[in-house]
Amino acid sequence: MALAIETLTLSHFRSHRAAELSVGPGPVAIHGPNGSGKTNVLEAVSLLSPGRGLRRAGPGEIARRPEGVGWRVGAVVGRHGDRHAIDTRAEPGATRTVRVDDKAVPQVALGRIARIVWLVPAMDRLWTEGAEGRRRFLDRIALSFEPTHAEAALAYEKAMRERNRLLKDGADDPAWYAALERQMARSGAAVQDNRLHAVRRLTEAQAGAVTAFPAAGLSLTGDDPPGEEALAAAFRNGRRTDMYAGRTLAGPHRADLAALWAEKGVEARLASTGEQKALLLSLVLANARALAEDLGTPPILLLDEVAAHLDAGRRAALYAEIEALGAQAWMTGTGAELFEALREGATRVAASEDGGASLLRAA
Amino acid sequence: MTGFGHNSEDEAEGRIEALAEMMARLPGLGPRSARRAVLHMLQRRDLLMTPLADAMHDVAAAARECVQCGNLSTAETCAICREERRANGEICVVEDVASLWAMERAGAFRGRYHVLGGLLSALDNVGPDDLRIPRLRGRIADEGVREVILALPATVDGQTTAHYVADAVEGSATVSTLAQGVPVGGELDYLDDGTIGAALRARRSL
Repeated sequence: MALAIETLTLSHFRSHRAAELSVGPGPVAIHGPNGSGKTNVLEAVSLLSPGRGLRRAGPGEIARRPEGVGWRVGAVVGRHGDRHAIDTRAEPGATRTVRVDDKAVPQVALGRIARIVWLVPAMDRLWTEGAEGRRRFLDRIALSFEPTHAEAALAYEKAMRERNRLLKDGADDPAWYAALERQMARSGAAVQDNRLHAVRRLTEAQAGAVTAFPAAGLSLTGDDPPGEEALAAAFRNGRRTDMYAGRTLAGPHRADLAALWAEKGVEARLASTGEQKALLLSLVLANARALAEDLGTPPILLLDEVAAHLDAGRRAALYAEIEALGAQAWMTGTGAELFEALREGATRVAASEDGGASLLRAA
Repeated sequence: MTGFGHNSEDEAEGRIEALAEMMARLPGLGPRSARRAVLHMLQRRDLLMTPLADAMHDVAAAARECVQCGNLSTAETCAICREERRANGEICVVEDVASLWAMERAGAFRGRYHVLGGLLSALDNVGPDDLRIPRLRGRIADEGVREVILALPATVDGQTTAHYVADAVEGSATVSTLAQGVPVGGELDYLDDGTIGAALRARRSL
């Protein structure tokens, strides 16, 4: 059986005071009016993977107000008959902690149990806004294939911040620069490899699929000389210009992801809003297919307000693809009718607001 | 409790409480364990508390950094640097005295040490001049050192410092670093992916 959440428990999590959901292995459709706490459920699921979740929120932002007593998400996650109880929480003012099967573990351990991939409305402008969002999107995909990607990215960031400080201070110690640049080059090359691997896997997964969604031709661009040697040389030779700028001007932190709507030969940023959404969905589905091939199970998908930009035909095609993939896809929408095309096995949940707290019930 | 006015009784209580609060600032102790320690000492005043206070007073006055290696000592040169047998041509470079003690506890290293007194970090305002790097170069020449072993943390700052030191002593001695990988008695199942990767890269033939 594919990776799936069996039960999900929320306690003082944003709008939810206390909620418990039992869900089947197939799609999970949550419908309800605006402000009824649908996305909060998806955010809770996203915290079953390492990092800050789909809103990139700090642990203090998540606690339900006005109580402010901290929050907790519990889940039983099954995969191939293997079951794990995950508990993640944060006390007020403290960082988030994780327990798996009642043992305290570091956050990265979550990556080995559940791969979780998401698409949220904030990503709708991904192709038209700055490169930072696209790098983050690509890094999440890279992380889904390669859990050590986070460590490489963190090491690169840390060494670069050290170097940037030297540049700002106008430090003149070639050996110190060289020591930092060696580490930037090594971790930066690992970041590049993981990103390239992600792009390659997405491209392969799109090419081999029968899908109603448009394929995106992906490429990496930006001031990012490929390979450890080239990076080290760029850092070494760039010290003077970097010092004028007060920061490092080349490297993986300056990379960008370019997407071409393959069929029409149009850059993604020039496509219509609906087509841009379709391209993103296509990439998320390709990510899921590639992970299913690599790991023997598709990831859990979180598709927030996914139906909003899709016509009825595309919506039905999306549901059919999710069902064919066998992925547990958590989807939200304002009305139950948006999910009519889902087959019988889906878990349907109605969300509403009741006396200042969200209420979830099976529909 | 006759003979004590109300105020001086409060004051005495306050001093015990203040001692417990000071103890609670020590690593490994919290407010409860600090109070337990104070109570334990008070119950063994002559046997434990007074000798402990004397010892603390003595060490606070006498402790200093070894002029050779930076280790803590009560003499100008520490016991390790004084011991001739340990001049075996090897120097182990460590971040701080805690690392030196960890190495000594293992008992595996028979040479001398060099305590840097920190790690390079531009963000924390620690530069090469704040570390004992020039002194290390001097020692290599003076003590006939053949190998410098870098036992520094596997963090960004630790490795930056390692590269910097390696560069600074290049040509005057062989430089090596501690291996990274599977801990002794460790099971692969419990290792993080980064460590497994490092262990695989550092594999050797049997």
